[in-house]
Amino acid sequence: MTDVKELIQAKVKCIGAKREALMPILQAIVEEKNYLNEEDMIQVAEALDLSTADVYGTATFYTFLDTVPRGKYVIRVCKTISCHMAGKDEIVDTLKDLLKVDLGETTPDKNFTLMQANCMGWCHKGPVMLVNDDIYTELTKDKVIKIIHDYMGS
Amino acid sequence: MANYKMHILVCGGTGCRASQSEMILDNLKTELETKGLSDEIQVIQTGCFGFCEKGPIVKIMPDNTFYVEVTPEDVKEIIDEHIIKGRRVNRLLYVNPDNQEHIADSKHMGFYKKQLRIALRNCGFIDPENIDEAIAKDAYQALGKALVEMSPDQVIAVMKDSGLRGRGGGGFPAGLKWEFAAKNASDQKYVVCNADEGDPGAFMDRSILEGDPHSVLEAMALCGYSTGANKGLIYIRAEYPLAIERLKIAMKQAEEYGFLGKDILGSGFDFEIELRYGAGAFVCGEETALIHSMEGERGEPTVKPPFPAESGYLKKPTNVNNVETFANVPVILLKGAEWYKSIGTEKSSGTKVFALAGKINNVGLIEVPMGTTLREVIFEIGGGIKDGKKFKAVQTGGPSGGCLTEKHLDTPIDFDNLIAVGSMMGSGGMIVMDEDDCMVSMAKFYLEFTVEESCGKCSPCRIGNKRLYELLTKITEGKGTMEDLDLLRNLSEVIKDTSLCGLGQTSPNPVLSTMSNFWDEYIEHVTDKKCSAGQCAALKQYIIDPEACVGCTACARVCPVNAISGERKMPHEINQDICIKCNACFEKCKFNAISIN
Ligand SMILES: Cc1cc2nc3c(=O)[nH]c(=O)nc-3n(C[C@H](O)[C@H](O)[C@H](O)COP(=O)(O)O)c2cc1C
Ligand code: FES
Repeated sequence: MTDVKELIQAKVKCIGAKREALMPILQAIVEEKNYLNEEDMIQVAEALDLSTADVYGTATFYTFLDTVPRGKYVIRVCKTISCHMAGKDEIVDTLKDLLKVDLGETTPDKNFTLMQANCMGWCHKGPVMLVNDDIYTELTKDKVIKIIHDYMGS
Repeated sequence: MANYKMHILVCGGTGCRASQSEMILDNLKTELETKGLSDEIQVIQTGCFGFCEKGPIVKIMPDNTFYVEVTPEDVKEIIDEHIIKGRRVNRLLYVNPDNQEHIADSKHMGFYKKQLRIALRNCGFIDPENIDEAIAKDAYQALGKALVEMSPDQVIAVMKDSGLRGRGGGGFPAGLKWEFAAKNASDQKYVVCNADEGDPGAFMDRSILEGDPHSVLEAMALCGYSTGANKGLIYIRAEYPLAIERLKIAMKQAEEYGFLGKDILGSGFDFEIELRYGAGAFVCGEETALIHSMEGERGEPTVKPPFPAESGYLKKPTNVNNVETFANVPVILLKGAEWYKSIGTEKSSGTKVFALAGKINNVGLIEVPMGTTLREVIFEIGGGIKDGKKFKAVQTGGPSGGCLTEKHLDTPIDFDNLIAVGSMMGSGGMIVMDEDDCMVSMAKFYLEFTVEESCGKCSPCRIGNKRLYELLTKITEGKGTMEDLDLLRNLSEVIKDTSLCGLGQTSPNPVLSTMSNFWDEYIEHVTDKKCSAGQCAALKQYIIDPEACVGCTACARVCPVNAISGERKMPHEINQDICIKCNACFEKCKFNAISIN
C-alpha cells in the first residue's frame, strides 16, 4: 500500500499546497484505501495548512468520502424512483441474505459493504448497482447471486 | 473511413457492453480474420445508439441494416449471410410492434422516424476512443473555423443568434452567458463543464460523454476562445467510470493532434482542460455548489449574484455550461444560427434529448425538435405503455419538475410550455407511470430524495422538506387529515419562496403538481383511507368473499391479532380496524376467498 504521505505529496506537487488540492487528495486516499481515518485527515490538514475540523467537515459532506472503514468491495444499490419501480427491494433483500449484513454494514471478513445510493444514470436499465467502479444493470435475484459469488471467488 | 467496403458498427455503450457486446466484437473480428475479410470490412465499436431496450445492437453500413438483440453466437450467421452473400438475417431485424413486419433500415423505425439528432449526432456512429473517426464527422472543424476566420465577438454573436438555451435545467441563453463572461475583464478566466448529472431519470450527459466526448472538448475550447479563458474544467460525477475513461482518452488524443494545449492550430490561443471528480453529492450539480466543491470546500450553494460569470472558480469569471449544451455548439458554428433557429419553437430553438424510463416500451435516449408533443414522444417514439396498460402520468424534470397527465399530452414540449403547465424541462428525464402507480407515493419518493440530498445550509429546504416528507408518509399510511393537505400546500409555497438555491426552490413541485392533477387521489387516501393503485401497503384491505368462504376457521386461527371472526361453517369477516395487513390469512386460505383491495 502506498504511503498516504506520498499520495499527498504527489498531489501537492502537481496542484500546489492549495485548498483546491483538498478534494483530489482526499479522493486519491479513498481510492487507495477505501476510507479516510483520523490520522490521514490530520496529515492532509498539515500539508494544506488547514484546520483538521475543516478537512473533516469537507470530507463528511461527500457520500463517497468515507470516514469509517469499508469493505474491499463497496456495493451501492440505486434506490431512486425508476429502480424502485423496477424492483430494487428484492435486490437489496437478496444482497442482505447473501452477505448476512444490513444496509450500511460491512461483512466481518471486510470484503463487502452494502449501501444504497441515489440515481446512477441507468434508469432505463434498472435495477442497478455499482460494485466499486463496475456497474451492473437489469439485475435479477439470480444475476445478483452470480455476481456476488464471482466476487467471493476472486 | 477510407478504403473499407463495409463497416460493422457494434454498440459499445455500457448497457450493451453489459449484455456481451464485447464478445460480439471479438467474434466479429475473429470471424472476419478466418474468412480473410479483415482488409475489406471494418469493425467499429461505437457509443450508444439510444435504443437500449433492444441491445446489443449491430449496424451494417452502408446499407443501414439495423440488427437488434444480437448475441455472440449470431456473429457467424451475420458474416456468412449478410457480409458474404448479401442476404439480410431477417430474424435479427427489428419487428414493428404494430404490424409484426420486419424493419431493416433504422430510418423507418418509429423509434427513429420522429427524431432529429444534433447533440447525439455522433453517438452510435463513431468509435469514441478514436479521434480520427470524430474528425471524419467534422469534429474540431468549428474550432478551426473560429480560430482562423472569426473574432471572439463573432462567435458569441452566432451563439446569441442561435437562441441555444442551457440544457442543464435553467434554460438560460448560452450566448448571453458567454457574453457576460467575455465582458468581465480578468487576468484569468475559466470554462466549466457541468457533468454532475444527478437528476433521477436523466442519463443523456453520460451518453454524450461516452459516445462523443470530442464534441464537448471542442465546445469548451470554443467557449474559452470567445470568453477569453484558457483553462477548462470538467466536473464529472464519480459514478460514471466509463465516461471518465473515454474523456481521458479523448483529451490525450486532442492534445496530440494540437486541438487542445498551447498555440492551438497555430493561432496563438492556448486552452487546456482538467478533470475534477464529484463525490456523490447531488447538490454539487448546482453551479455555485459545484464551484465550491472544485475549490475544495463543502459543496454548498451560495446566493447569486454574484453569478459565476463575475466571480466563479477562485473568484475569477467562470462560464458554466451543461454537457448537452456544449455538445450543440460546434454544429451551430458550422451550420449557422439561422439553421439552428429553424428547428424547434420560437423561444426554444433546436432539439432536446430526453431519457425515457419507467413503464414505457422503448426506454433509452431520444432527441427530438423542441415543440414535439408528449404524445409523440411517449406513444410514437416510446412505443406506448408497457404490457398494454393505461398511461397515467409522466414525471419530467426530476425532483424539480412535476407530473403531467393525459390532458397535457398534446402540449408541445419546450422550456416555457412545461413551466406553464406546472412542470419543468429539468435535464430531460421522463419517467412514465401507469395505472398501477400511486401519485402520492411518487411525490413522497421525490421528497425522500430531496431530504437526503439537501445540503442543509438553509432551513426552509433542510427542515421544510423533511416536514413535507413526514406529511406525505402520514397520508400514505392512511393517517392523514384534510388539515394536513392544507399544510402540505402552504408549506410547499413557503419552501419555494424562501429557499436559498434551486434545489429547495423547486423541490415542492412534485407535491404541488400531483395535488393539482391528482387531487382525488389525495382525498381518497385521506378520507376513504384507500389507495386505488394498490401501492400503499398500509392502506391495503383484506376482504373475505362470503360466497367463497366455507367457514373452515383456518384464517381466524392464523391471524396474530384476532381480527377475524365468524362461526364455524359460516362466512368469516375481517375487522379492518384491527387488521395489520400481515398477509397471513391470505396465504392460509385454501379456497381463494380472501382478496386484497
Ligand atoms: C439542485 C440543482 C442541481 C443541478 N444539477 C445539475 C446537473 O446535474 N447538471 C447540470 O448541467 N446542471 C445542473 N443544475 C443547473 C446548474 O446550476 C447550472 O444552471 C447549469 O449547469 C448551467 O448550464 P446550462 O446553462 O448549460 O444549462 C442544477 C441546479 C440545481 C439547483
Ligand atoms: S433511478 Fe436507478 S439509475 Fe436512475
